[in-house]
Amino acid sequence: MSKSVYVGLDIGSSRTKVAVLDADRRLLGYAIKKSGTDFSATASICLDAALEMAKANRAAIANAVSTGYGRANVGFITTHSKTEIGCLANWCRYEIPGIITLIDIGGQDNKIVKLDKDGRRDSFKMNRKCAAGTGAFLEEMSTRLDLPLEDMDGLARASKEMVKLGSYCTVFSATEVLENIRNGRKVSDIVKGLFYSVIKRVLEMDLPTEKVVMTGGVVAHNAYIFDMAEEMLGRPVIRPEFPQLAGAMGAAVYAINEKGASDTPDPSQPNFEGELL
Amino acid sequence: MIEPTRPKTARKKIQAGELMNKVMSDHFYQVNEAATTGKQKVAWCTSVGPAELLRALGFAVHFPENHGALLGATRMATDLIPEANAIGYSPDICSYLTADIGAYLKGVTPLAKAYPGIQSVPKPDVLVYSTNQCRDVQDWFGWYSRELKVPSIGIKSPRNFNEVGAAPIEDVSRQIQALVPQLEAISGTKLDMDRLRETVALSRECTELWKQVLETAKAIPAPMTFFDGTIHMGPAVVLRGTRAAVDYYKVLLAELQQNVRDKAGAVEGEKVRLYWDGMPVWGRLRQHSEHFLELKANVVASTYCSSWIFQAFDEKNPFRSMAQAYLELFIVRSDDYKESYLKQMIDDFRIDGIIYHDAKTCPNNSNSRYGLPKRLESATGVPSLVLSGDLNDLRCISDEQTKTNIEAFIEQIVEGK
Ligand code: SF4
Repeated sequence: MSKSVYVGLDIGSSRTKVAVLDADRRLLGYAIKKSGTDFSATASICLDAALEMAKANRAAIANAVSTGYGRANVGFITTHSKTEIGCLANWCRYEIPGIITLIDIGGQDNKIVKLDKDGRRDSFKMNRKCAAGTGAFLEEMSTRLDLPLEDMDGLARASKEMVKLGSYCTVFSATEVLENIRNGRKVSDIVKGLFYSVIKRVLEMDLPTEKVVMTGGVVAHNAYIFDMAEEMLGRPVIRPEFPQLAGAMGAAVYAINEKGASDTPDPSQPNFEGELL
Repeated sequence: MIEPTRPKTARKKIQAGELMNKVMSDHFYQVNEAATTGKQKVAWCTSVGPAELLRALGFAVHFPENHGALLGATRMATDLIPEANAIGYSPDICSYLTADIGAYLKGVTPLAKAYPGIQSVPKPDVLVYSTNQCRDVQDWFGWYSRELKVPSIGIKSPRNFNEVGAAPIEDVSRQIQALVPQLEAISGTKLDMDRLRETVALSRECTELWKQVLETAKAIPAPMTFFDGTIHMGPAVVLRGTRAAVDYYKVLLAELQQNVRDKAGAVEGEKVRLYWDGMPVWGRLRQHSEHFLELKANVVASTYCSSWIFQAFDEKNPFRSMAQAYLELFIVRSDDYKESYLKQMIDDFRIDGIIYHDAKTCPNNSNSRYGLPKRLESATGVPSLVLSGDLNDLRCISDEQTKTNIEAFIEQIVEGK
């Protein structure tokens, strides 16, 4: 019998992330894939890939918790869900204890979660109605600039003179970008301006504490945003090893805590292979 | 499956609801009859305008804000608002106003759907406002005044008080009295001071009973929710100053008091008690109510429902006390006052968390914009959440964000307990 594992599934609007942890919260396996339109199928593929990496199978799952936009769409594995905010806080509490501000920049929204000295959530905020400050904003702009998304980090780093974009609004920002192109500004300077505007919109949401950690897909793929945030905050920002997995890992930590971690699967629990496959 | 799905919880139904439907239906038919037969003159009045005076002068009273709320609750508003936008009324201003004017322009009303025989909102003989709540009402009535060629008169109210002193009371009292000659001329009735006193006394009685109704929710578990409150406040809104409202609240109060004695909570297994500040999202009442129910959270108190408690009414001094009542309203007060009021509510109702609804088109009822939540949070330690939304314009709402925000907030409260 393989060791028990705990699974967190973060079904984001843009990417699905699955993390497999052991009872000591060590990351054994993970998978990340575009969520697409069939959340359940994508989650199932990610789950198997993450389990394979963890050298486990579905029968070894002691508990699983889902989170994210599609958290209710993974009934095949769990109907126990938590919010992304709860999961991020939960991950942070164990990974980086103490008073801290977590800034998550995701595909469709961003969040600021503050934890107190005991790791309890003090407050949280999500962005409001606009895409400004989210991955969706960068995606929209990369399309307009006809640039592959993965080239943006490198371009921003190459910039010598950033273009300042002032607007709150994605549509207005697009107009500003066009105006700058017309005025002959370098694409790299515009991209740096876009990065700056993303991080600025997020930092405007709340006052960060001394210690700050950043997570989410946008920082995972655009590490330069860490550098820019550090410059703006005037202090180092904690860079997790897997920024995009924080939510999924937090969900898995819920799975551990709520199950009461034990090393062997509880025989009274359903056997997933029997029930689900 | 690893975990059972969330148990389906039931919200306790309030039996008096049927009686309330009858009381409200009688009201709408009565005003409709007045307008269609000409038996009685019709006045339109803002929610905390001088309704007592209008009733004492024999007017049948229609409340456009109530109509705005009905447009919201029936989810007609979002399709009608653009009609008003198109004639120059911005999507950023009061969505009661834009929905109501849009409904007029399209010739539709939820009253016609709910009450067979009613074809339109009652045609007014006069429009009477008070700007105690906002400027939008004056502009709203101004549009109808031009469209229907009826006078729009009212009270220009001072605002933002810590304490409501003698000077503004004097000012508003004079303004109310100044309306009398014109209203007498329109109604064809001389003001009978005894009738005014009687109306003020009934408003006072209604207010007392409504207060007691809301205070039943101090009990744990609370026998009613904010969502019940938004429905059952109907008579307090449209029938203030009448015997019908008073009689209704006696019945409702008795039922709720019995539920308190029986420990019959409105939310089965109530584990979190919340306060709602700001307007309801009318088009999402049911969804919100069910969502809180699923989470075993009860919104037990609110600024909105409590705004129809007017303790100043005093039949011995009708004009002055009306002025005082209209000025003491929460929406008319300063943030300092609001902060201390909310503090008291947190204590009285044993609140675990406050939700502020920041309604895009009603800055007047959105109290999260000048730092109040943070100040109150640090003074009380009670966490808060600001929800972006709107009272009527569903284009301003992300259901998914609202849901996640509410769930995360309740998770936070439960984990912190
Ligand atoms: S207070 Fe707000 S909702 Fe009420 S009429 Fe004024 S703007 Fe509209």
